[in-house]
Amino acid sequence: MFRIERKSGRYPLGINPAALLVVVFLIAYPMFASDFFTFQVGAYPLILGTIALSLTMLAGYGGMVSIAQMTVAGFAAYIVAILGTNSVGVMGLGWPWWLTVIVAILGAALLSTFIGAISARTEGIYTIMITLAIAVAFFYFVRQNYQIFNGFTGFAGIEPPTLFGVYWRDPTPFYYLTLAIAAFFYFAVRYGSRSTFGLGLQAVRDNPRRVRALGINVFLHRVVAYFYAGIIAGTAGVLLVWFNGRVSPGIVGVDMAIDILVIAVVGGMRAPIGPFLGAIAFVLLENFAIDLIDRERFNTVIGLAFLLVVLFSPDGLLGLWRRMESRIRLPRANARWGVRANRDDWHPAGSPERM
Amino acid sequence: MNEPGTAARAALPQAGQFALELNAVSRHFGALVAMADIDMTVRAGERRAVLGSNGAGKTTLFNAITGDYPPTSGRVRLFGEDVTYLPVHERIRRGLRRTYQISLLFSGLTVIENIFLACRGVGRGRHSLFRPRRDDGAMEMAETLLHAVHLDDRRDTPVAELSHGQQRQLEVALALSGAPRLILFDEPAAGLSPSERGDLVEILQSLPPHVGFILIEHDMDVALRVAERVTMMHNGRIFKQGTPDEIESDPEVQELYLGHGDNGGGRA
Repeated sequence: MFRIERKSGRYPLGINPAALLVVVFLIAYPMFASDFFTFQVGAYPLILGTIALSLTMLAGYGGMVSIAQMTVAGFAAYIVAILGTNSVGVMGLGWPWWLTVIVAILGAALLSTFIGAISARTEGIYTIMITLAIAVAFFYFVRQNYQIFNGFTGFAGIEPPTLFGVYWRDPTPFYYLTLAIAAFFYFAVRYGSRSTFGLGLQAVRDNPRRVRALGINVFLHRVVAYFYAGIIAGTAGVLLVWFNGRVSPGIVGVDMAIDILVIAVVGGMRAPIGPFLGAIAFVLLENFAIDLIDRERFNTVIGLAFLLVVLFSPDGLLGLWRRMESRIRLPRANARWGVRANRDDWHPAGSPERM
Repeated sequence: MNEPGTAARAALPQAGQFALELNAVSRHFGALVAMADIDMTVRAGERRAVLGSNGAGKTTLFNAITGDYPPTSGRVRLFGEDVTYLPVHERIRRGLRRTYQISLLFSGLTVIENIFLACRGVGRGRHSLFRPRRDDGAMEMAETLLHAVHLDDRRDTPVAELSHGQQRQLEVALALSGAPRLILFDEPAAGLSPSERGDLVEILQSLPPHVGFILIEHDMDVALRVAERVTMMHNGRIFKQGTPDEIESDPEVQELYLGHGDNGGGRA
């Protein structure tokens, strides 16, 4: 279902003009957008997209649908509140910001590795169930633990450092910070998909049994993938707590966990740009659907959007775009997306399509 | 056809040089006995064919050797080492390879990426986050194998787009990767055209003398041409073992497997 496709950049100078346009737009965006648009509609989807990217990496490349990626990001957010400073008078150990951030990201990666170690022997629906159980358990744990996680209230007053004379929570600097981090992980995943590890991960997705017969430890490969996904989600979690200025159990609740899954699926898991498309669509709906309908109907809108995408474009917005592109017959569209030419060819029996 | 190197292989040291030793190996699936009390030894560098009708337990035998489905009882020794309880990938790292009856390939990856993974799988750097360079050892080996199985012009084609025959050839390339010492071929010629069969026989015959293999093959022409010894299986047990000539002329075997009188599938 979620096949990752390769783009062969056959453009003048090797640069896709559309991609160039997107880059220019992203960099120039805060110059013409209001603070609200820069912060809420600019930075926020980049953070959600990065968290969803960690899921795309696991699910699209590795065939492992983990519901607990938001838990991993939320864990990093909590560590920042607990080890750094907060305004609620619980914990807030006052560690220097850089140490807090490093520990938060590594802590999230370790939690992700742990989740991977528990779930990597399962496949398909069982992976979903186990990671969902972990997410729910973590949610209730932080909600009921007042000594460390301050229970229902959580933490507030969490600030990014003021560095180089810049207050990083100001919309424009924060937007560029999230853009830089999102872009870094986007390109890292794109590059890594063709690395030895990335190829191995896709091989594990396509055919775990055969991967063993090549001398590769499938379990270890999966767990290592969870570690990297934890680095991505954890870094996004740090950004998320700086963005919100607070963290409470709601952030690791089932609602948010499902939102991340929706973002990844709606965007499309075939390429690392998918989760960012999904996140933009999600945030736009979240902000502007209430102009059309009641606030409490927001989930209905999201649900309907999800249903429409899944029904009419199983590979998400990315697939929708691809079909539009081949319909208007851009000259290089077919070559670019590697459209299967020989559909009549014998199909491999041993390669089940898998989520 | 006489293959080159047969004489050279016969001169290889034999005693204590077993690539594979099976000791009373059985495999049950619930109440079903797929394979019972198999005792079998394969010398290092030996070329062995395993024959038998469908359900004779041939693929079960392979699964027990590789660990895909470990035996319910008995011991498996590879190159003198007891591997009965080792996971599949550890056995592979010791020089064992196999192909599958139904092509099990990575359909989302290209031909060269499939072979590269196979070469890298047994070596170091399985978890490297860097893309393989052209002069990477495993990549160079992959290019060589790509050429050996005649898939040069499909190098960057996604595996899902290959024809059946090409997928079988790729299966063989994956099994030849790394430094194999014993390869299990599970019906590599199934569904191949006559000329592709010729290519396959050529590849099998040109393997270096220290590389042994066990071959499951229904095509007697292929099996008896490349094998030095033959093991006949029937109903999950070993029925007869011997040289191709002995097996072919054995009246019981003819009765059981080759049919009465006319054995048109044998070598003419």
